[in-house]
Amino acid sequence: MTDPRIFDLPEADMAWCPGCGDFKILEALKKALADMDMAPEDVVVVSGIGQAAKTPHFMKCNFLNGLHGRALSHATGVKAANPKLTVVAVGGDGDMYGEGGNHFLHTVRRNPDIANFVYNNMVYGLTKGQASPTSPKGMVTPVQTRGVSSEPVNPLALAIVQGATFVARAFSGDVDHTAETMKAAIKHRGYALVDVFQPCVSFNKINTFKWFKDHTYRLGDEHDSSDRSAALALAMETERFPLGILYREEGRPTFEDSLGIYEKDDTPLHRRSPDVDKVRETIDSMA
Amino acid sequence: MASGKDLSVVICGGAGYGVQTVEDILAKVLKRSGYHVFATREYMSRVRGGNNSTEIRISSAPVDGMVDEIDLLVVLSPGVRENIRRRITQNTVIAADRSSVGEEFEKTDCAFFDVPLGEMAKEAGGAVYANVIAAGLVLGIADASTEQAEEYFLSRFGKKGDKIVDENRSACGKGLELGRGMAEKFPDLAPPKKDDTSSRRVMNGVQAVSLGAIAGGCDFVTAYPMSPATGVLAFAAQNTSDFGLAVEQVEDEISAVNMAVGASYAGASPMVTTSGGGFSLMYEGFSLAGVAETPLVVHLAQRPGPATGMATRTEQGDLNLAVHAGHGEFPRLVLAPGTIEEAYSLTARAFEIAHRYQVQSIVMTDQYLLNTFRDVNPDDLIAAKPDKCLMTSGPGYRRYEDVPNGVSPRSVPGLGKGIVGCDSHEHDEEGHVFEDFDLRVRMSDKRFRKGELLREDFVPADIRGPENWTRLVLCWGSTGPIVSEALIDLKLPDTALMRVRQIWPVAEDVVAAVERADELIFVEGNHDGQLENLIRSVTGRSAQGHLRNYCGLQFSVEQVREGLSRILG
Ligand SMILES: Cc1ncc(C[n+]2csc(CCOP(=O)(O)OP(=O)(O)O)c2C)c(N)n1
Ligand code: SF4
Repeated sequence: MTDPRIFDLPEADMAWCPGCGDFKILEALKKALADMDMAPEDVVVVSGIGQAAKTPHFMKCNFLNGLHGRALSHATGVKAANPKLTVVAVGGDGDMYGEGGNHFLHTVRRNPDIANFVYNNMVYGLTKGQASPTSPKGMVTPVQTRGVSSEPVNPLALAIVQGATFVARAFSGDVDHTAETMKAAIKHRGYALVDVFQPCVSFNKINTFKWFKDHTYRLGDEHDSSDRSAALALAMETERFPLGILYREEGRPTFEDSLGIYEKDDTPLHRRSPDVDKVRETIDSMA
Repeated sequence: MASGKDLSVVICGGAGYGVQTVEDILAKVLKRSGYHVFATREYMSRVRGGNNSTEIRISSAPVDGMVDEIDLLVVLSPGVRENIRRRITQNTVIAADRSSVGEEFEKTDCAFFDVPLGEMAKEAGGAVYANVIAAGLVLGIADASTEQAEEYFLSRFGKKGDKIVDENRSACGKGLELGRGMAEKFPDLAPPKKDDTSSRRVMNGVQAVSLGAIAGGCDFVTAYPMSPATGVLAFAAQNTSDFGLAVEQVEDEISAVNMAVGASYAGASPMVTTSGGGFSLMYEGFSLAGVAETPLVVHLAQRPGPATGMATRTEQGDLNLAVHAGHGEFPRLVLAPGTIEEAYSLTARAFEIAHRYQVQSIVMTDQYLLNTFRDVNPDDLIAAKPDKCLMTSGPGYRRYEDVPNGVSPRSVPGLGKGIVGCDSHEHDEEGHVFEDFDLRVRMSDKRFRKGELLREDFVPADIRGPENWTRLVLCWGSTGPIVSEALIDLKLPDTALMRVRQIWPVAEDVVAAVERADELIFVEGNHDGQLENLIRSVTGRSAQGHLRNYCGLQFSVEQVREGLSRILG
């Protein structure tokens, strides 16, 4: 096992609030990658915008810190250009399920071989406490002054219904379990969602560390993660949220498989040279 | 007959009547019979019905542009629209089935040939063959080669079995016979020069852009369907395995551009193909490519806007959109091909420059250019050998090294031991967010030094005319060849034509020509004179006159000829 510190970026200027759950997610991510003996140059961490999305600036590895909501599109492009890279897309719940909601839906369907870790604090952090798509109904914010009126997004149920091949939930308060779940997601061939509960100490006074502790439980061995209906039933539970791998389906073709260009040759695009003679042949064969 | 030696044939019919098939048969068989051909299509935004048309110019010398004049109008179904009717003159010959088009042409003062297309088609094997008979008719008039026609049907329908091939041949044969009998009506059509066109290839704008992209090294295409850009997506999708292209129809244009940026960061050479509405959605991702310095090519196929505008029509209304695309400031390249050859070569060039300077290129076409066919000399399709300009990184690698010319040595993840960063924020040399005002200035200056290189390594404008010209007519994109033909007809001793091919950054040659001119006249397919305004903003020179068209159809040669004569008094 590699030392997680190879992913440390000592000069990083940490922009997270003291006590934020994001620190634990970062720790779990480094641990997961190190446990899998990955080197910083094998990994690309892709993110959008938000507090959570700053993650790649706080660790050492390849990174693409792109646009609000677009991390899944960026990540799909990275993986499609070079399937040999380990691609992890991280961001907040607003980033992934709000601004990026359409991409979330379609990335699930597309099934690229990427791991998607969503830091779910049920609020917008970076823009200072507005409701996010996962905010509980009734939550009062500077913008939702009469309380959130929309139903919260259920990301796990949505993903399962849309055919996601790996759906899990973790809680940042349990670093080891979060790291184990992340490892399984990275190893999974296809799109893997891990929704990670994370208390925002600055803006979410409802869903606190204690609240998450009281409202979650670990899935036991009796859960059969290949049972989609059982997984969906678990995803629909909202009194107490199950933690662990709800659903896993192996063997489904990935987006990269379906492109066809890696069927006989797994060379990444940057190492290929285009067959310019074929263009000439095509022109010569025209009328 | 324009120029006295070509035949202008217009074929009209509702969607579903096979106008496109007629176009295809004629373009290919006539070319193989030794003629030069030009064809352009106008169509309505509907799947069935309506009335569409294609104009085919058949000539013994190359032609490149739309004319209003119709020598022969072939009508496949009733409901010919006003845009065609107003082009009918005393010299037009109409060929149609009177029993189906009825009284439509009763009042027109021109020769009418009643061709019982319906009945003949039934004889040939079914009503669907009316269009093939019509194609045969035109081939007969041009005395095209029967063998070439037969070969065409064999190569096109061979896979579908002998019956289909035979029925098509028979239908075409019936038309050919009729057409030969009509040939005397068109005495001005000069017979083709022998072997003049055998090495030439019939190509349309869609094929030219697509093949030019691949020749330029494109290996990744993402798009969301939108006319008229969709053809390029379809071409790429149909040729993925031949060329090793990754192609995806994504959920929206936002994803198209962001997926392309992700792929580019990881070493792909991507292109997105879209129209104005789609490109508007891509602005943010385009800006990301700008700050991240990832090479990206946008094929921007124009149609009239604002918003949905006219979905299947043509306009040159997006020059401002391209030049000003994105928020904040960053250099970019905007190219506007005017011919099929340039659609190929400039698209390839867009990739070359995008990689050489790690910038974003926009290739501007439009519905007219994409849906235009012409025979071209393959030697005029020029592309440099693709080069992604990548280096293998070492341990201390810094993606945004501040080098003198601004072009930081570029590596991608997995190519060497270095770490490759990429950021939408203002960033330091490694790509990390770092809020520092001096850094901001340094990085912005670095990016704009590449803009200087785009100005120096430019695509020259095409300037033609008498040596001692004093008046300059300027245009861009697909109107170019039309203005060119009009100016040849006008034979003005003091006037040159400048087709601006690199729109942005405006290069020295354009500035020099504008400064030399005593008089500037602009011809463009938009309401506002977007090129005219751009040239004025760069050179301070105002135009003495302009001709603009924004009705949704391309200029015709006659319109430009008459418009220029009017302006020049
Ligand atoms: C197109 C666009 N719209 C809005 C923003 C402003 N913005 C930045 S982060 C953010 C929300 C972040 O919330 P979340 O994704 O939940 O992440 P957190 O900060 O809570 O980790 C918003 C709206 C932006 N950067 N880009
Ligand atoms: S705002 Fe909330 S989520 Fe963001 S760093 Fe602070 S505590 Fe964490």
